[in-house]
Parts: sequence; C-alpha cells; structure tokens
Amino acid sequence: MLDDLDRRILRLMQQDPTVSVPELAERLSLTASRLTRRLDKLQTSGVLRGQKAVIDWRALGYAVEVSLRVTLDKTQTRAFDEFIEAARDIPEVIEIQTFLGRVDVRLSVIARDMPHYQQIYRARILTLPHISDIEALMHVARIKSDESLPL
Amino acid sequence: MIDLDDIDRDLLRALSRDASQSAGALGRRFGLSQPATWRRIKRLQQAGIIAGRTLDLDAEKLGFGVTVFLGVKLATKGRVSLDDFERAVTAIPEVQTVEHVLGMYDYRLRVVARDLSDFERVLRRRVMTLPGVGDVEANVLLSEERRLGPLG
Repeated sequence: MLDDLDRRILRLMQQDPTVSVPELAERLSLTASRLTRRLDKLQTSGVLRGQKAVIDWRALGYAVEVSLRVTLDKTQTRAFDEFIEAARDIPEVIEIQTFLGRVDVRLSVIARDMPHYQQIYRARILTLPHISDIEALMHVARIKSDESLPL
Repeated sequence: MIDLDDIDRDLLRALSRDASQSAGALGRRFGLSQPATWRRIKRLQQAGIIAGRTLDLDAEKLGFGVTVFLGVKLATKGRVSLDDFERAVTAIPEVQTVEHVLGMYDYRLRVVARDLSDFERVLRRRVMTLPGVGDVEANVLLSEERRLGPLG
C-alpha cells in the first residue's frame, strides 16, 4: 500500500520528471538513501514503471492531427480484432483506443499537411475492415497534456 | 525542421520507451561514443522533437480504475469566453488532458477516476458546472495502445 510519503514523491516526480534523486530528497527532507529505497519499492511493485520521452510530432513536420471516432459493424464477430490489427499497419496511426459507449474505437492519425491527410484517409483509413460509421475531430490545440494523476 | 537519420530515429524510439537510459548505454547499443550520443539527444531536444519527459505510472495500481473521454460542446458560443472555460477545466485535477478540436465537439477531455461512482461525482460537480458547458458525451476507455507512428 502507498502512504503519504509515496504520494508526495510521485507528485513531485510528476511535476518534474527530470528531477535528480539528491534534489528530490532535499525537497522532501529525506536522506538520499531513504528516498532511493522508496523509489526501488515503487519500481518493484510496478507502480512506477519508468519514464518516457515525449515526442512532439509537429516538430517532426506532422502539422495535422485528427481524431477518428469509429463505429464498427458488430454483427461481425471479429470486427474489433480485425479492425485493430489492420489499423496497426498504418504508420501514421499513433494511438488506438477502444471504448464502451457510442464510439467503439478511436484512432489518432497524424499527417504532414491536409493533402497528406486526405491521402491517408482515402487509401488507408476508409479501406479498414468493418467500419459502419466514422467521425473526424480535427485537432486545434492541446490546452493541457501532462496526463498527471490526481495523487 | 531538422533532418533525422536512422540513428536519430533509433534514439527516439529507445527514449520514448525508456527516457532514463544514459547516453553511454544508448551509445553502446547503437555504436556511438557517449559524447556523440549526448550531442544527438541534445540536438533532438533543442529542435523540440523531444518535448520533455513523462512519468509512466500504473494508474490502476494507484487506485484509478476508470478513464473516461468526454466530448464537450459549449452551449452558448460567442457569449462564453473560451479562456474562461479552458482556465476552469484545466484546474480540475481529474482532467488529465484537454484538447481543443473542430468537429461535432469543441473540446475533448481525458478524465481519470477511482471508479464509476467517483467519475459520476467529477462529472456532476466539476464538469457539468463549467462555464458555458453544453452537450457532453462520455465514452469509457477499455484499452489503449500508443504506437511509435512514423518512427516505428
């Protein structure tokens, strides 16, 4: 079980993932070795899985991001599996999510510009199996994106 | 925009899986010296391609069992300030991401909660009371995979 100290450690690390162990220890008024033991424990229990670099696709030249909300033909028993398997083959798909609700699957698709998007949409997306409806949300701006947990 | 070669792409792939790897360890893997690897990572950071780091936490183990995506439409467009809405929505701790979108919704929110009744509390007390909020559609996340996209 997590205690308040674990939560404080994770909160600070969420705010600044690049913080060093000595710095973090100082902010929490802990010794570095006590903090290291805590971090080890959080890692072994699988709570803290690690750190990932965030890639900015815009900086790589992908200016367009579209969220495609897909409804599948559920009379086909393998609709989900076959759709997702085929979507994985599209390099411009950066996220695949499945839902309980009006939307079955959502794909995040990136493209260099609108003509490029148009080409992906026609050649790769619309040819995916078992689509019964598809809606697009065009991405304008990311207002908040840290994905922090409210610890 | 900078041109990337295969090694840059290898580095991006490796770092987006695990950003805590040292330049020395990455260099050994991809046949580079430690300083050369460090220079490449620095260059990717300066170009804004590596935009930072994020902590990878197991939300479920931390007691957050439910993730819901909300499509939000503003009710009185023109009269409500988008700034007011954005300021209020980003202040909700359970709202993890806010995206401004074009289409049948104005905003897309990612909301995390302990369980469905906790989500209901967040929805009723926090989201439905936001300035200008209109139609809200909720979809409960069942599974999610992030792909390496064009780097994969």
